[in-house]
This record gives sequence, structure tokens and C-alpha cells, in this order.
Amino acid sequence: MSVAIAAAIVLLALVLVYVYRLAMGPTVFDRLLGLSGFGTKTTLVLLLAGAGYERLDMFVDLGLAYALLSFVGAIAAARYFERGGQHR
Amino acid sequence: MIAEIVAGVLFAGGLFFHGVAALGVVRMPDFYTRLHAVSKAETAGVVLTLAGLIVLAGVSLTALKLLFVGLFLFVANPTSTHAIARAALRTGQKPWRRRPDHQESP
Repeated sequence: MSVAIAAAIVLLALVLVYVYRLAMGPTVFDRLLGLSGFGTKTTLVLLLAGAGYERLDMFVDLGLAYALLSFVGAIAAARYFERGGQHR
Repeated sequence: MIAEIVAGVLFAGGLFFHGVAALGVVRMPDFYTRLHAVSKAETAGVVLTLAGLIVLAGVSLTALKLLFVGLFLFVANPTSTHAIARAALRTGQKPWRRRPDHQESP
């Protein structure tokens, strides 16, 4: 087992914390925070799995696209709730 | 072999910062403190993990793309965190105080 796969497995365990915050967060902003952290971790797990399977040249494009989409989604959701959505 | 060892050390540093961020997400008392813990620690963890991946990739086009992903996340992660915090502040979330009955005394 390569070092990249081991790091990816540890990161997948840490993602569960963000899933807990995403499901249980008292306010909607806690859920947004969980979603943002989830997206960043998913990008890293994609890249680490690509390095583990020796196909990093393909996975790096997927990781870049996922990072861009996650960033735009977080900004859009923050703007939406700033203009007043349901705050609970 | 040397590259694997260097990458392993960088991954261990990155995972330490990710663990600190996860601890903050679970343990901190309110939304702003949780956001504070996640913002800094996760940015450091992302940069260290991507540095380890660049070491694994060697000198290639893939390493350049990984550098670009790292620079993007280094800018985008604090930006999205700032946007979320501003949205929370503008919709009237109150920051946490230790003792709610002594708010005015310094």
C-alpha cells in the first residue's frame, strides 16, 4: 500500500467530522461550513487516490474542476443566505 | 524511494493540520470559532498535502497542474470562508461570549 493511499484513507475518516457538522449544524452557516470543508477534502482525496493508482495525470484535471465548482458553490450559497433565506 | 519518504513526511504534516481542523469543527462552542479553526488549519493542511503530491509527481506537467490547484485552493479557501462569515454576520448571528450576563464588563 502506497503512502498516498494511506493518507487518503485517513482523510476519508476525517471527512466524517464534516458530515456530522453538515447533518447536525445548529445554523445553516454551520452546514455551509461543513459543505465547504467537505469539498476541499474531496479534492484532496481525489488527488491522493490518483497518485496511489499511478494515474495522477488524469485525476489532477478532475481535482481542479472539483475545486473550482466547490468554490463557486460555496460563494453562491453564502450570497443566497446573506440576502435572506431560511436561517435555521 | 527518497521522494516517497519526503512525501510521507509532508502528508503527515498536512494530516496533522487536517486533524486540528476536524477537532475544531467538533469542539468549538459557536459558529465563528468553528469557522476560524477550519479556515487556517485547513488551508495549511491543503498546501502541505499538495506539496507532498508535487514531490511524488516529480518534474512534469502534472506537477505544474498540482501547483496551480494548490495556489487556487490557497486563495479560494480563505475567500469562501470570509464570504460565509460575512453572510452570518449580516444576518445577525451573535458571536459567542463566555458569560452572557457580564457582556459589558471588559
